[in-house]
Amino acid sequence: MSRREIALTINGTAYTAALEPRLSLLDFLRDEAGLTGTHVGCEHGICGACSILFDGVPIRSCLMLAVQAGGHAVTTVEGLCNEDGSPGALQAAFQDAHGMQCGYCTPGMLISAQALLAENSDPSLDEIKEAIGGNLCRCTGYVQIIESIQLAASRLRGAGQ
Amino acid sequence: MNRKSGANLRYVAHKRRVREDARFVAGKGNFVQDVALPRTKHAAVLPSPYPRARILSIDTAAAEALDGVHMVLSGAQMAVDCNPIRLGLKLPDVKWYPLAVDMTRYAGEWVAIVVADDAYIAEDALELIDVDYEPLAAVVDPERAFAETDLLVHPGHGSNVLYHGHFLWGDVDGDFAAADDSLTFRARWGRSSTVPIETFGALARWDEGTEILDIWASIQMPNFVELLAATLGYPLNNIRLHQDVDVGGSYGVKRGIKQSVLVGYLSRKLRRPVRLIEDRLVNMAGGDAHGPDRIFDTDVAFTNDGMITSLKIRALDDAGAYPGRAPFQLAKPISAIVGPYTINSVKYEAISVATNKTGQVPVRGFGQAPTNYMIETAVDAVARHLGLDRLEVRRRNLIPADAFPYEIPSGSKYDSGDYHRVLQKGLDLAGYDELLARRDKARAEGRLAGIGIATCLEPGGGNNIFEYLMDPTAEITTFMEACEVKVDPQGGITGIMGTTTSGQGHETLFATILGEELEFDPDLIRIVHADSLSALPTRSPVASRMAIMLGGAATGAASRIKGRAMAIAAFNLDLPVEDLEYAGGTICDRNDPGRKLTWAEICFIAYRAYHKLPPGMEPGFHAQYVYQVPGGGQLPDARNRVRIYPCFSFQAHIPYVEIDPGTGRVSVLDYAFAHDCGTVINPDIVRGMVIGGLAHGIGAALYEKFAYDGEGQFLSATFADYLMPSVHEIPDVRDVEHCTPSPLTSHGQKGSGEGGYLGAPAAIASAVNDALHPLGRSILELPMRMSKIEALINDGPE
Repeated sequence: MSRREIALTINGTAYTAALEPRLSLLDFLRDEAGLTGTHVGCEHGICGACSILFDGVPIRSCLMLAVQAGGHAVTTVEGLCNEDGSPGALQAAFQDAHGMQCGYCTPGMLISAQALLAENSDPSLDEIKEAIGGNLCRCTGYVQIIESIQLAASRLRGAGQ
Repeated sequence: MNRKSGANLRYVAHKRRVREDARFVAGKGNFVQDVALPRTKHAAVLPSPYPRARILSIDTAAAEALDGVHMVLSGAQMAVDCNPIRLGLKLPDVKWYPLAVDMTRYAGEWVAIVVADDAYIAEDALELIDVDYEPLAAVVDPERAFAETDLLVHPGHGSNVLYHGHFLWGDVDGDFAAADDSLTFRARWGRSSTVPIETFGALARWDEGTEILDIWASIQMPNFVELLAATLGYPLNNIRLHQDVDVGGSYGVKRGIKQSVLVGYLSRKLRRPVRLIEDRLVNMAGGDAHGPDRIFDTDVAFTNDGMITSLKIRALDDAGAYPGRAPFQLAKPISAIVGPYTINSVKYEAISVATNKTGQVPVRGFGQAPTNYMIETAVDAVARHLGLDRLEVRRRNLIPADAFPYEIPSGSKYDSGDYHRVLQKGLDLAGYDELLARRDKARAEGRLAGIGIATCLEPGGGNNIFEYLMDPTAEITTFMEACEVKVDPQGGITGIMGTTTSGQGHETLFATILGEELEFDPDLIRIVHADSLSALPTRSPVASRMAIMLGGAATGAASRIKGRAMAIAAFNLDLPVEDLEYAGGTICDRNDPGRKLTWAEICFIAYRAYHKLPPGMEPGFHAQYVYQVPGGGQLPDARNRVRIYPCFSFQAHIPYVEIDPGTGRVSVLDYAFAHDCGTVINPDIVRGMVIGGLAHGIGAALYEKFAYDGEGQFLSATFADYLMPSVHEIPDVRDVEHCTPSPLTSHGQKGSGEGGYLGAPAAIASAVNDALHPLGRSILELPMRMSKIEALINDGPE
C-alpha cells in the first residue's frame, strides 16, 4: 500500500512519518510513535480510552486516521507530565484522590479533564460531568475521578492567586 | 487472631497514596498491548455469524495467499493437536476447543484464526476466508433448554443440563408447615457482566533455546497455567506466565484460556511471538464476556409479624454453549444463602443449562449478586404482603450483633458483624426521615418516586470447597496464597507476590502490611510480581480474597523476617529473645537500650558474616509464607454443610429514585451506602472498589444486557447496544464505613473487591418497585430497562 508523508507535533516534539493512509491515529501513536499511554478500548468512539488533545481539543484517536493529523498538534497523556517526567498538576491530583483503579481509562480521563481545566479552573459538578461524560470507567463509579478533578481545580485556583 | 488494630496502626487504615497510580497517571502502565517483542506477528479471529450451524467446509486458500499472512488455522487442526479445554465440572462429552470444530454453537464463536504481519492485514485476510455453513435451529430459551430432549447444544452429552443438584439444610417442610403464611415469586437476573474497558489480550513466545512458552496476558484466573498446559499437552513447567502485566480491569471475567492456547500454539508453530488483542466486537460476542443469566423461583415462609423462617429456592442458570467454571457460580452463594438474616432452613435446587449463547464466565461475586437480589426481593415481598415496613422487616430478621460467630443452615460461620448498627449508619447518612418526606412530596406532586433498601453480605476469602458440593471427586480444601519477602544486603525490603493485579492495588496492600509489620515506610518497600515459574502458590485475586489472603501471607512472612532478625540479635548481643525489643529494624536490649544491633548490622551479618550467625542458621535474609484460608479446610459434612468462605462483609444501600412516567426513565437522585469490611487497609482503595461496584450494580439493574433475539442472534456487541453507565447515570454516592474486625484475619480485614455490586442491583430494584407501588405494579426482572418500565406504567403487566 502506498505511503503518505506527514509532519505533525506530538507533545511539543516535531515528527515526520511515512504512513499507510488507513492507519488510525491511535495505532500510529502507540505503535509508531511508541506512546503507549493512549489506550485502545472500543475502537468505535464510545469509551474514550483513546482520547487525545488535537490542537487542544479532546478527540477520539480511534476515529481519526493518522494522515489526517498532518500539520496539527497532538497531546497525549505523556504530554501532561512535567518536563522532568514528574506528574503534572492534574496527574498529581488523580494520585492524591485515587481517581482510578486499573488505570486503563485514566489517560482518556486525564485528557478530558485537562481540556476542561484549560478553559475553566472553577468548574461546577455538572461541568465536570459534561467534560468526562464521554469517558467510560468500569472501576471507580466516577466519584473519585470527579473528586480528583475538583482537587486539581482547587489547586490551580490556589496557584493562580 | 488480629495482630494489631485501631490506634496502634501506623500505615494500615491510614489514607496514603496508592503506589500503582503513579505509573497509570503518567501513561507508563505495562498492559499486555504495551509489551513489545521483536518479530511479533498479529492474530485476528473469524467469528461465526450463526448461533448454531454445521461447518461444511472452510476455504482458507485466498487468505493464505495474501501478502503478509503467515498462517490461517481452523478448528479441525487444533482438535488434532490440542486437548479440549478442561471444564470446571467433569463433562466429558462437552468438548470445548479454542476454535469451533465441525459445528458452531453460538453467534460469535471463533471459527478460524489468521496470523499476519500486522492486525490490519490479518483482518483483511479474515474477509477472504470462505466458510460454508449449514444453519440450524438454536437452543435459546433456558427453560426450554432444560426440558429439551432433541435439540441439544452438545448432542453427545445427552441433554442440555450441565448440572442439577438438590440441597436441603434444616427442616424446610416443617418450617413451611409451621409458618403463618408463605408466598412465591419469580425473579430474573439478566445476562450482564463486568465488561472491562481493556478487552482481553495475550502474547506468546516459544523460546526455542529454553523450550519455555512465555505468556503475557491480561489474566485474572486461578489455575490458568494448569489449564493452558493441559490443553496444549505440556508439562506445567514448560510455561512461564508473566504476572507483572497490568490488567485493565477484570472483576472476574479475564480468563483468557482459549485465547492463550491459540497464541501459544501458533507461536511455537511459527517460531515467532504471536499476539491476539481482541477488538471490542470480538470480545463482546466471543470473548470471556458474559455473566450469570438466572431465573429464581422462590417460596418464602414467614410469620405474621414478618419473621422469615424458611426458603425454597430454585435457580436455573443459562451457562451458554461452553460452561467453563460457570456452574460453580450457583454453588458459591451457598456460603451466604440466607443473606444477613436469621432464616432457619433452606431448600436449594440449582440447575445449569447449556444454550446456544456465548459461554458464561465468572463475574464479580461469583453468583452472589444475583442471589442477594433474590433474597432482598423476598424480604421486600414479605413486607409488602403483610403491609409492614420494609425496614422493620429487615430489622426483625437481621442477625443480632451478639449472635456472632453465627452459623447458618448451610454451615457457613459468619465471622463478625453489627448489621443493625451499619444499617442505622446508612439511614442516618441518607437522612431517612427527610428522604421519606421527599418521596411522599414527590408522589403528592404526581411523580413516581421510590426509596430502595438492601442489606447484603459479601463473602470474602474464598475457597474451592464448593467444587466438592457439585462434584464429590473434587477433594479441594485449600485456596492458598503465598508471598516471599527478601531483605537485601543494603537493608532494602522487597515483597514478591505471585499473581497479576487488575486494579485492586495489591502492591499498595502488600507494601502497607509489610511496612506495618516491619515498621518501615511502605513507600520504600519494593513490590514485584513473580512469573509463574518463580512464584509461590497463588490462587489469583478472585473471591474478594487478597486483603485477607495476601494480607495474611505478608503478615506471616514479615513475622518470619522479624524472627530471623531477632535470632541474629539475640546471638550477637548474647541475650534471650525475650529481652530484646524491635523498633523499625533496630533491635535493642530492653533493659539497656544502648546495647543494640542496627538493621544494617543485621543485614551485614546475614549476608557476609557467617561467623556471627546463630549456629545452624542459613546465610541470607528472606522468608516465605503460604497462607491457608482461615477457618476452613474441611470437606462438607454428610448434610452438605460446609464453611466455604471465612469472612463476611456487610453493606446497607439506600438509594432514592424517580421515574419519568412518560419514558420509564429511572433517575437515581441520591444514594447512601454504609459498609463494613472490618479493618480497611487503604481507605481510598476500599472506597473506590465499593463505589465502583455500586456503579456496576446500577448498570446491571437498569441498563446492561447481552441480548439475543428469538433465533439466538446476538444483539449487543457494541457499547451503543450494551449500555454501561457513564458519569451521568451515577449519582453522587455518599458513603460511610463501619469497622467490625474479623477475628480470623491478620489485621481484622475482610473482603471488599466485589463491593457495592453485591447489593446495588437489589437496592435499585427495591427503589424502582417502591416507586411503582402506588400504581400496584412491580418488576422482578433485571435489567429494568426504561422501555420495559414505560410499558409497565402505561400498558400494565404483560
